[in-house]
Amino acid sequence: MKNRAAYFGVFTALALIFSYVEMLIPIQFGVPGIKLGLANLLIVIMLYKCGPKEALLLSVVRIVLSGFIFGNMFSIIYSLAGGILSLAVMAFLKGRGSFSVMGVSIAGGVCHNIGQLAVAMAVVETYRVGYYLPVLLIAGMLTGMLIGIVSNEVLKRIRNINLY
Amino acid sequence: MKKNDLILVGMILCLAAAFIGYQFLKGKSVNADVVVTVDGEPYGRYALSADQIIEIDGTNTLEIRDGKAAMKAADCPDKLCVHQKAISRDGESIICLPNKVVVTIEGGEKSELDGVAK
Repeated sequence: MKNRAAYFGVFTALALIFSYVEMLIPIQFGVPGIKLGLANLLIVIMLYKCGPKEALLLSVVRIVLSGFIFGNMFSIIYSLAGGILSLAVMAFLKGRGSFSVMGVSIAGGVCHNIGQLAVAMAVVETYRVGYYLPVLLIAGMLTGMLIGIVSNEVLKRIRNINLY
Repeated sequence: MKKNDLILVGMILCLAAAFIGYQFLKGKSVNADVVVTVDGEPYGRYALSADQIIEIDGTNTLEIRDGKAAMKAADCPDKLCVHQKAISRDGESIICLPNKVVVTIEGGEKSELDGVAK
């Protein structure tokens, strides 16, 4: 229990580094908003090792910090909408128990994109943004799969480490 | 992977395919207009058939060429709208979120299956 703050610090630092690494990837897809979501890896692991409350805290802290360091007010709002929706769905699916890490991560990736798209719709006050929905759905699924595979492997290897 | 995971993947793929199919069936429009809105307010309406360059609010530059519209320049840092491909189909849009600029292809008569492009 006394290690809790230390572990949380390590996770936050890792999530920030992942956000930074992701920015260094210079690939531009035709549609805005597609990225790997490396930081989501930490969120998934936190969700499985500790629980939804800790994962939510990590997610919000990560988004606000990386928003102040690399982004702007807009990027914080977008990320928060995506992050919170994604985490809520992931926590729900994990609680159901009928999905593996893979499924939880895929749902998280897809919902992250849906949340951001919803904010984009509200900001530009048009439903035209929905044009990106199919591409974002598939992109979220693919990145969710990748994150799911990696999370699964990491969780297997740190099974004996207790974060509490 | 569990069975539910596969069902989830299938559902997402079906949903995406349905949307893409819908957009594809709407088809390429003839005599369509390029509609520009800034911050939700209408800014201008331009014919897609006439080649021209439009300055939007001094922040974005839109180019209409060969029946396609593309964002040529923007003063925002991320340049996502500039990286986007040119649009020509009904309902397609280019959106610059920092400047709240939305460029959409709208209306015009729909091309028939056996329509002749001129």
